[in-house]
Amino acid sequence: MIEVEHLTKRYGRTVAVDDLSFSVRPGRVTGFLGPNGAGKSTTMRMILGLDRPTSGTVRIDGKPYRELDRPLTRVGALLDAKWVHPNRSARAHLRWMARTNRLPNRRVDEVLETVGLSGVADRRAGGFSLGMSQRLGIAAALLGDPEILMFDEPVNGLDPEGILWIRQIMQRLASEGRTVLVSSHLLSEMAQTAEELVVIGRGKLIRQCGTAQFVDEASGATIRVRTPQVERLRGALHQEGIEVRDEVVDELPTLVVAGTSSERVGEIAAAQGVVLHELSVQRGSLEQAFLQLTNEAVEYHAHDGATTGNEGTDR
Amino acid sequence: MSAVNLISAESIKLFSTRSPWWCNLLAMVLPVGFATAAVLSWPTDVPISVTEVQMGYQFGMMLVLVMAALAVTTEYRFGTMRTTFQAVPGRSSALLAKTALVAGVAGLVGLVAALGSLGVASVLHPVSDLGLGTADELRAVLGVAPVFVFSAVIAVAVGLLVRQSAGALALLLVWPMLVEPLVSVIPTVGEHIQQWMPFVAADHFLRGERSMIADPVLSPAMALAYFAAVSVGLLAVALVVARRRDA
Repeated sequence: MIEVEHLTKRYGRTVAVDDLSFSVRPGRVTGFLGPNGAGKSTTMRMILGLDRPTSGTVRIDGKPYRELDRPLTRVGALLDAKWVHPNRSARAHLRWMARTNRLPNRRVDEVLETVGLSGVADRRAGGFSLGMSQRLGIAAALLGDPEILMFDEPVNGLDPEGILWIRQIMQRLASEGRTVLVSSHLLSEMAQTAEELVVIGRGKLIRQCGTAQFVDEASGATIRVRTPQVERLRGALHQEGIEVRDEVVDELPTLVVAGTSSERVGEIAAAQGVVLHELSVQRGSLEQAFLQLTNEAVEYHAHDGATTGNEGTDR
Repeated sequence: MSAVNLISAESIKLFSTRSPWWCNLLAMVLPVGFATAAVLSWPTDVPISVTEVQMGYQFGMMLVLVMAALAVTTEYRFGTMRTTFQAVPGRSSALLAKTALVAGVAGLVGLVAALGSLGVASVLHPVSDLGLGTADELRAVLGVAPVFVFSAVIAVAVGLLVRQSAGALALLLVWPMLVEPLVSVIPTVGEHIQQWMPFVAADHFLRGERSMIADPVLSPAMALAYFAAVSVGLLAVALVVARRRDA
């Protein structure tokens, strides 16, 4: 369990994290979502006691990180896969970490095996590909067999195979009952891995809720209904004050309903004895939904057009 | 967290990369080389003093300063300091373990360098009858070890405060080589201030009346105590700063 309360971090006049409160519960993957520069990494560093909050607190199972005994056995984290001395072997890197928290060398071999680096364990880490570095970082996070795990943008720059591997390992860790917090700036990525989301923008909490719920709300999910009794259903829905739009989908007349749940539409149809051929929830584009919600909270807006070269395209 | 484990972790760090090995090797070889050159250029029939033979300690000290500072600054450079603080959130205990290890290694290197210099010189210059008979000779030889120890402590502290290699090394090499010797140039007060310069004091401890101080206030033993106090004071400041700062 990670509890973040009223966390604020200021650098001079810049507010990186602004009165942020959320909690991360065990047994599921929680996505920490926000555009670049939203304060995700700063928040994670504060959770680990690396950066000092300007105000507010973080508690790990009720205690500040700095008061944890043998913290690697409580919290494992991969914040940056490059935080390894390039001339040190993967094994030596894990060995010194293990030694600080009185973990046996056997654990080093075990985690190297888990991430599939046993064969290259004695090669210098500086020669590792990004995917291998990421695996080494995950091995380091798993070293103390901790109940809480944090990963900062773990799939950035990985190939599809690497991405799949990371997703699987995160889901496995959550299914073992661990607390898993993963940050990303891509909602589509989070929709595939995270059950729950903590969404931030400009250091502020935008929303903490289930991933599906967030996507539904954000994209203004619509319900598509097909029935041979179009007029009757439209009338019934109108009576309930529900908005209905006529569309033709795949050459079939279809009703598109907004602002209610599919359960409600189904119940109304049943009450009226209307036969349904289709009742489905339509989700909009995830990235659009995300942008819509974080729009006001994005630190660097992309220019809307009329720009030349790379300026303002992605920041 | 037990000190033994933390020191052991630091020793894995120190000896799992190559540059500390090279620094320590050179820190032993250069003083011996200097001693060799000194006796070879000395007239064969005139005795050379132990103090002359040990003059090369300064080269070893420079390399010990480099080794100790890099042990800290490379950790900042490659982000492993964050991992260290993640593993040992109290920070000070990990940094003290690092200091103890690096200073211990420096002391050992100093001992080998000094005894090696003495050994080579006595073989190459039998007329001199070099040995450890007098208090001055004992200090000049065995004193190199504590001087290296506290030099390493200073370098760790500077590394912690500056956090990047180029800056820390520039400061650590320019300070004892250029700044301290030139303090005496300051009119009227210069010579008096100079003996309170830490590395001048360390030199006074090793070389006694042959050091550059004309009219020393401190005895050689007190000069070492002073050098130690400066290094420990600097380390204390560095630890407080490292605890407070964002990693």
